[in-house]
Amino acid sequence: MFGRATYLVLMAACLLVTLPLELVLKAGVYRRPRRWLAALVPVFLAFSLWDWLAIRRGHWTYSPRYTTGIVLLGLPLEELVFFVVVPTCALLTYQAVARLLPSPDRRGVPR
Amino acid sequence: MIHEYTVAAAAGIVLAVLLELLVLRTGLFRDPRYWITLAIVAAFQLLVNGVLTCPPIVSYNPTEILGPRIACAPIEDLGFGFAMVTTTIALWRRAAA
Repeated sequence: MFGRATYLVLMAACLLVTLPLELVLKAGVYRRPRRWLAALVPVFLAFSLWDWLAIRRGHWTYSPRYTTGIVLLGLPLEELVFFVVVPTCALLTYQAVARLLPSPDRRGVPR
Repeated sequence: MIHEYTVAAAAGIVLAVLLELLVLRTGLFRDPRYWITLAIVAAFQLLVNGVLTCPPIVSYNPTEILGPRIACAPIEDLGFGFAMVTTTIALWRRAAA
């Protein structure tokens, strides 16, 4: 339906669906950019490397029908976006859960 | 003969657990909020993985996986996802300390 933008549209949908966690539940991920980057950058680098190796070892391939074909640093643009979007969605989920449930250490403040 | 993605996914799980237990030590695995998050993320992962692997947008080399699939995606993807999400949340908690 979205042609070569399909993979990117899926990533945009992930960001859109999780946005209320920040705006409504006050997850506080985007509002803490330094802490966000502290978690994101090592994960982005490690898993981009895994992806890079896996592509070169022939573990998986990408359909030219559903991807832009743009390649950066040997990886499809979509994969680089994936390694930003998915960890971010995970953090938003964790923070939302932490907002709704009391901390087991009884301080009540989400870490 | 060796399924490389299977080995890599298993190694990813072990490395993520060791990173938390030996290096970051945030008490992640004793926190029910982590396990609830993991369950929610896993459910959405099956959805997103389905969109990525059913058309398929991403295709897997059958010689590098065990074979069983969930929502079109090889079970190894659950290991990949576990390693990524666990490491992300552990680093996030660590960054608060």
